[in-house]
Amino acid sequence: MRGKRDKHRRPPAAKGGVTRRDFLRGAGVTVSGGLLVGTQVGKAAQAPASSAVAGPGAVPVTLHVNGKVHRLQLEPRVTLLEALRNELDLTGAKKVCDRGVCGSCTVFVDRRPAYACDLLAIEAEGHQITTIEGIGSKDKLSPVMHAFVEHDAQQCGFCTPGFVMACTAFLERNPNPTLEEVEKGLGGNLCRCGTYAGIRLAVLDAAKAMKGGSHA
Amino acid sequence: MQAFEYAAPKTLHEAVGLLGSSWGETEILAGGTDLVSAMKDQITTPKRVVSLKHLAELRRVEFSPSSGLRIGALATIHELLDSKEVQENYPGLIQAADGIRSEQLRAMGTVGGELLQRPRCWYYRSGFGLLAEYKGKPLVPDGDNRYHAIFGNSGPAYFVSPSSLAPMLICLQAKARLHGPSGSREVELSKFFVTPTSANEREHDIKPNEILTEIVVPHHPGVHMAVYEVRQKEALDWPLAAAAVALHMSGNSVSKSAVVLGHVAPVPWPSPEAEEALNGKEVSEETAEAAGKAAASKATPLSKNGYKVQLTSVAVKRAVLAAAKGGA
Repeated sequence: MRGKRDKHRRPPAAKGGVTRRDFLRGAGVTVSGGLLVGTQVGKAAQAPASSAVAGPGAVPVTLHVNGKVHRLQLEPRVTLLEALRNELDLTGAKKVCDRGVCGSCTVFVDRRPAYACDLLAIEAEGHQITTIEGIGSKDKLSPVMHAFVEHDAQQCGFCTPGFVMACTAFLERNPNPTLEEVEKGLGGNLCRCGTYAGIRLAVLDAAKAMKGGSHA
Repeated sequence: MQAFEYAAPKTLHEAVGLLGSSWGETEILAGGTDLVSAMKDQITTPKRVVSLKHLAELRRVEFSPSSGLRIGALATIHELLDSKEVQENYPGLIQAADGIRSEQLRAMGTVGGELLQRPRCWYYRSGFGLLAEYKGKPLVPDGDNRYHAIFGNSGPAYFVSPSSLAPMLICLQAKARLHGPSGSREVELSKFFVTPTSANEREHDIKPNEILTEIVVPHHPGVHMAVYEVRQKEALDWPLAAAAVALHMSGNSVSKSAVVLGHVAPVPWPSPEAEEALNGKEVSEETAEAAGKAAASKATPLSKNGYKVQLTSVAVKRAVLAAAKGGA
């Protein structure tokens, strides 16, 4: 895992200063150098090879993310979450459980919510990917983001991008939810600080705010 | 995750040709919600992953009163839940799907993948093999078996069948359609789930180079059906015990019934004892409770899961009462 992640990391971008992320990224490249050597490349399975077989090495993968086209070289085993974070510097989707349970990595695939950690990047080809960066910004909050701020619906904030995405997707399927429906509908996301009460109120408020208006 | 070759064939025929003939060589990728995590944990380390993403014909949900319901294996849980015809004719299936409490899993996960998901047994998921063995000895009987089987658990398998849809589908006499190198075959879903006797076997009657293509469910007009799950929490998790019930009514009394338990045995577990307690009776609190007690009567709990016996009894009772109230 580590070897693969780091393999595709770019060197730190030349910015005014070194951010924590840049520092960690640079450190990762150094530390993992030895691990890369150990990466085993599986030999072809016994079934007849087909022109459609790609990998196991890096292959061209085209991703449509937040309206932009990105042409990348990725191994088939790279997840969408790893591609977003490590290749495209879209770090809003968080890597927490990395097993499709906690929801911190939630993105939209053609407007449907998805765990980016459970989706291979190569499988996302041909679909429109939307991340938290694509539905709002600090200067232009989406209705769900605004409602999260109003209701103080976060504590440490690590689960928040995933929750905002999941809540937005939930409201698209359920524009007039009851509190009980909200509780059930957000079952795919976890907040270990336990801010669920605020999140539920935020969703109910965002539902009102989104009525009749366009939203993210 | 170990590196693998990836193929996304355009036809079912091509897909079958890309699959290996023994387990472990290749894996089939549908929604990925189970497989990708299992590959990260190196529970499976395929040399090739065959994605079914281009096989749109496996994604249909179709219904007709004469031929019943056909659910493409690649239909997502959302697509099943959104089908008006499923809502009208198979309310028990909607209840079963509603137990999958994650919008992300519902959007990504497929019906075929739900039926073929691997057990959640924590020993298996931690690398001790499907039968949870260490140095040839089973870990479950003397280990932390609080979530393991209370039926069909004399070994070597102790895990519980993780499928939420299977018990209801079996109540409705569904069949699985599979496609392999020598063509298609159909198997009753009740026989599709099997208890493995060695770690190299699977929990399903499927060969490494076969693809589950479709689930066929007969139409059951007038049959009352319901699912009741006992859960540790409302959010995403697998139930502790579940019961699916289908009741054929003749006036106020049950003329024929089907009761299948979920998450309590290595396979979805039919309960002829509960069915016998219901057949010929009017549904009341008392008969529902008697059916629940009958369902649990032959349980053989392990050292730490005796509580599941009572949960099973309650799940059956509540499913029977819900089915009698609801309709089809």
